Amino acid sequence: MTTPAIETRHVNKYFGGGFDYRRLLPIGKPFDRLRATGARKRPAHVLRDISFGAQRGEIYGVLGANGSGKSTLVRILSTLLLPDSGEARIFGHDVVRESSEVRSLINRVSADPSFFRNMSAVENLLFFGRVYGLSPAEIKRRLPGILARLGFEWERAQEPMSHLSRGQQQKMAVARSFLTSPVLMLLDEPTTGLDPRSKRDVQAFVRQVRAEHDSTILLTTHDMEEAELLCDRIAFIAGGRIVAEGTPFELRERVARGRPVEEITMETVFMELTGKRIEEDEDVKEEVLAAL
Amino acid sequence: MLNVGERTAQPGLIRGPVNLAYAFVERQTNLWKRYWAWELVWLVYGVVNTLAITFIAKEAEQAGITTDASNLVLFLLLGTLVWAYLSAVLDDISLVITWERWEGTIEHTLMAPVSRAVHLIGMSIFGVLHAIVRTALIFAIAVPFFSVDLGQANWFAAAVVIIVGSVSVAGLGILTGVLPLLYPERGTQMSFMIQAVVLLISGVYYSVDVLPPWLRVFSYVSPATYLLDGIRGAIIDGDGVQDLLGPLGILVLFGIVLVPGSIAVFAVAERWARKTGQLKRQG
Repeated sequence: MTTPAIETRHVNKYFGGGFDYRRLLPIGKPFDRLRATGARKRPAHVLRDISFGAQRGEIYGVLGANGSGKSTLVRILSTLLLPDSGEARIFGHDVVRESSEVRSLINRVSADPSFFRNMSAVENLLFFGRVYGLSPAEIKRRLPGILARLGFEWERAQEPMSHLSRGQQQKMAVARSFLTSPVLMLLDEPTTGLDPRSKRDVQAFVRQVRAEHDSTILLTTHDMEEAELLCDRIAFIAGGRIVAEGTPFELRERVARGRPVEEITMETVFMELTGKRIEEDEDVKEEVLAAL
Repeated sequence: MLNVGERTAQPGLIRGPVNLAYAFVERQTNLWKRYWAWELVWLVYGVVNTLAITFIAKEAEQAGITTDASNLVLFLLLGTLVWAYLSAVLDDISLVITWERWEGTIEHTLMAPVSRAVHLIGMSIFGVLHAIVRTALIFAIAVPFFSVDLGQANWFAAAVVIIVGSVSVAGLGILTGVLPLLYPERGTQMSFMIQAVVLLISGVYYSVDVLPPWLRVFSYVSPATYLLDGIRGAIIDGDGVQDLLGPLGILVLFGIVLVPGSIAVFAVAERWARKTGQLKRQG
């Protein structure tokens, strides 16, 4: 039996609600009000019993609204956040106990490109390639091909990142991740805020990489069309919980109830299976921010 | 389970601590070049600060407070130069996390497959090289303003003190760099406050003997005190390495304790930050 690319079991994550000195105040009139303020700071439960698996070579989509827990899940898988309970494994390596092994297998694209703004694109990629062990010669050999496939002009790669448009910066972020040839790519809303052309370029590149290489991709998005276009299987996440999982066809079939499957949009599927609209988890995000 | 060796056997990979540490030296050098205007500001500030403080010795001579101004000039000149060096090293290393937060790259840097020790050592090497360049420029510009006699200086011994002392100062820098990891909003300010205390207790502009006894106690636990002692011994008194074994030995001890100790503390703080979600927060 082959090891799954991603395997999570009963992962839970809470934010906030830590020690508050006000809870130590003595019981009595002058302190009651202050103590009550401290006790109100309850932790926000942002991931609830998350269990799923993605196989090698698969594009697995996690679809949910802003604040539904998608990015928290990606941060746990990328070793940036520790789960409070449960376990997550990347190709059999535990993300907590074997974080060094996991880091050498993965890379990530987030909605925010995250570069050193005043350094050029090439200088940024030299750094991020080097910390993954690539030699400068190898980085310079791989880079022009990746940028060309993303529709990025090589000349602009010499300019400071702050001179590039949002779409160009995001393409550089995609290039940075694929430069290191990860076996698992975590794409956390990679096309959010991009113009339609840049969005198409990034999506085409993801499909091309999957077709040509032995990469597994976890894609989080709130874009239904993108999820359907790219993903082999999709999990719907709402309120920090996975509420449904399957291929796009299976998910449609689940809510069809006699209607023709091809006429059912993914948005309808999401609403029927989660009981929510895609915009509705924003209040959870507010709760998390308040708990921190 | 996917064998990591299978992944790392791809062509073009040169994973080794030296190459990985150099990535941070090269990156900081590129940032330094891009922020050259700020470097100029700090250079001018360093020169002006050195001149302003060293002129106090001239004033002391004119006012009849001292008859031997040349010794006081050299004492203050070395104090300001060493402080320019130490503060540059401490700034560069203690801002290890703050830089990443400013730029928004903290998650991508900290999820890279580089051990934190190698990361911090890379930042420390850049900090020391950067501080040497900046202090050498301040020295070259400031010295012609004063007629100081450097004929007796033992430059070799001074270099040994700087090299040995830099290791323990790097450890101190890493320790203060933990604060921005723990406190994203206030940690950087706390690091600067610690630097200010080091300035007060280490005898930068005066001998630690003038401090009140309760404050002098703290000077014994500052590596900067011994670094200053060693530099002044080598430059003012012409002491050789064998004469400076006392401060050098203490600096070696500080280095042995502070460097692994501060890296261990950093690792614990990073784990806490990963537990509480502090790594994603922008400062």
